[in-house]
Amino acid sequence: MRRAASPPGPVRRMALAALAAAVLTTLAAGCGKGMGAAGGDGGAGGGSGSTRGVDDGTTLTMWTRAATQAQSQALVKAYNAGHRNKVELTVIPTDDYQAKVGTAAGSKDLPDLFAADVVFAPDYAAAGLFADLSGRIDALPYADDLAPSHIKAGTYDGKRYVVPHTLDLSVLFYNRTLYEKAGLDPGEPPATLAEWDRHARAVDALGGGVDGTFFGGNCGGCGVFTWWPSIWAAGEQVMNDEGTSSALDSPTARSVYDVYRGWAEDGIAAAGAKEETGATWTGRFPKGNIGVMPMPSTTLGLMPDDLDFGVAPIPGPDGGTSTFVGGDAIGIAATSDKADQAWDFLKWSLGDEAQVDVVAAHGDVVARTDLADNRHAAADPRQVTVNQLVAKGRTPYARKFGQTFNDPNGPWLKLMRDAVYGDAGRIRADNEAISRSLAD
Amino acid sequence: MPTRAADPPTRARAAGPKAAARTDPGRRPPWWRTRTAKGIGYATPTAAFVAVLFVLPLLLVGRMSASDWPLLTGYQSLNLPDNYTELADGDLLWPAVRFTLLYTAVTTVLLIGIALLLALLVQEARPGVGFLRTAYFLPSVLGLASASLLFWGFYSPSAGPIAALPQRLGLTDEPVSFLGTPTAALLSTVGLVVWKFAGFYMLILLVGLQSIGHDVYEAARIDGASRRQTFRHITLPLLRPSLALTLVLSVTGSLLAFDQFFVLTKGGPDNSTVTVVQLIYREAFQRLDLGTAAALSVLVLLALLILNAAQFRGLRRSDES
Repeated sequence: MRRAASPPGPVRRMALAALAAAVLTTLAAGCGKGMGAAGGDGGAGGGSGSTRGVDDGTTLTMWTRAATQAQSQALVKAYNAGHRNKVELTVIPTDDYQAKVGTAAGSKDLPDLFAADVVFAPDYAAAGLFADLSGRIDALPYADDLAPSHIKAGTYDGKRYVVPHTLDLSVLFYNRTLYEKAGLDPGEPPATLAEWDRHARAVDALGGGVDGTFFGGNCGGCGVFTWWPSIWAAGEQVMNDEGTSSALDSPTARSVYDVYRGWAEDGIAAAGAKEETGATWTGRFPKGNIGVMPMPSTTLGLMPDDLDFGVAPIPGPDGGTSTFVGGDAIGIAATSDKADQAWDFLKWSLGDEAQVDVVAAHGDVVARTDLADNRHAAADPRQVTVNQLVAKGRTPYARKFGQTFNDPNGPWLKLMRDAVYGDAGRIRADNEAISRSLAD
Repeated sequence: MPTRAADPPTRARAAGPKAAARTDPGRRPPWWRTRTAKGIGYATPTAAFVAVLFVLPLLLVGRMSASDWPLLTGYQSLNLPDNYTELADGDLLWPAVRFTLLYTAVTTVLLIGIALLLALLVQEARPGVGFLRTAYFLPSVLGLASASLLFWGFYSPSAGPIAALPQRLGLTDEPVSFLGTPTAALLSTVGLVVWKFAGFYMLILLVGLQSIGHDVYEAARIDGASRRQTFRHITLPLLRPSLALTLVLSVTGSLLAFDQFFVLTKGGPDNSTVTVVQLIYREAFQRLDLGTAAALSVLVLLALLILNAAQFRGLRRSDES
């Protein structure tokens, strides 16, 4: 930790500023809560500007990954239109994001603001890439309403380093037209994995280019995102709380894999599932010939107008529901010397105006639980379904998440493939390999 | 290369009298006018270039390979030989080495074979040959990553036009899976590489073919050699330097294969197409461990050095024969 041993000027200054902010905000929070709306606009005139944010015409650099670029772009555009600060957004291909951030961290070239797939937030926070935001977050009147699993993912040693930026939840999409054709009730999405299986098979029987379901069978990230909720729905864990030991060979997990194995063996999943590396897995459902499959909630606003579909939470083997609360968390780079201006953007992005008029208006999930029932969501029952899931869902926590679960040559994809396409007898050994990678 | 070796002294002799005439023989020229100073002056830019862009990184890689060096936090401590032993313990290394060698063998044989065929096909100046030469060469102007992406699109069962074609025509029940099995993935990638590079290798071989004098062929014909005999005993031996060059290029390039697999297969399915360089990438950017990535790079560098030395020895021998 050469850098940590002798922090350069800006870092030390920022640490001091953060400390000052923490002291200030404890005071401000006390006042703010007592004074209600009056203190609601952030720091009550605190001189440091730390909790309040500074809008002085600074140009801020920001990175995000392609998977959530639509959401980030909308927020940045709206911010730039109404502020003197200007955020310059760079979108980086999703698969290259880890490498890009890692390289930039090594050469201290990180932008002022960078969003990260929330599953990488624990590692980035622990490695010291982000500036401590604890004091600034506490000063927000809605601090307790920020998507809890995102905040938790970016908490290290009791300090909070990130805020939620875009929320991307895994939910079941089902094609109501195909449901009707298959003699299923289009108002009754599956409530258990067994029912989901039955529905998929019924739709698949329609034939004529129609398939029951689809999934990314060669995509570790897809498996994490869409299979784990079924395990969580049964009240089970996939890892221990520290993210150092895997429980992905539990009987519940195996029963989930078995359903997918059945879809693969019986051709219920559309052709190409076995090869799907994640690049095109969300492109199938919008074409209208897939019955029911889990998808990211961020695709909700991208569906064709003539597609009659519904959404539902992902069920467990015998009922229960859950979701993977994914998406991007965002923080200020520890090396940035424009932290106050960067905070101005973050604070604005979490405010009512941005969350309702930009995020919700675009059909996306809001980052604050207190805004779940906003006027845009109320107009679309599907969005309410998704918004309500934020509180129920989970974001897994592990420092070695990427190399274990996202790496196309990592141990989790091997387990997925063995469980669904290969020798299911190897699940136990694969699970041990996952634990080894987590504890690496 | 005897002529090239003889070149510098000849030039030096020629320059000699002129230089002597310019300077007064009684006085020693100032140091910046000496031949040594000029030589150093000419060599410095290149030397600096090599030092900064090659020697320094090489030393850095050596140091990294001996250190605990996470990507996110930087240098921690020396830990020799942990990175090397950790590599040996990994279960992807030996399959990757085996696959890289297999890929190199398959690619090299196919690539040079097809390139030679193409070169023979467009060797003679005939109507339409110019068009064919251009057509064969055209894929070489694409970047490998872009070409891989193009093929990925072609092969994709979701987005591609050709995977579903046999199914539409009623030839198969399922779309063709170009990347779904280890063999298919290997062959699909080799197909891309042959398409991409055959034209360039053809060009090298074409130059070689055209440097063989007509009189040699004429002499063979007068001696009553058949076409096959001519090819076997005249064309092939005289083409050896060009063939050796394509061999070195193809072997070195294939051993360092990365882009095509990174884009097309990501090492899949089931880790069946992981190359050694992909492992380096994985250590550095998936496991975020620059130490083991550097250690593996050092090993690959050593292997390439040995291999290239052997190849150049073979090349020299073929020059002498």
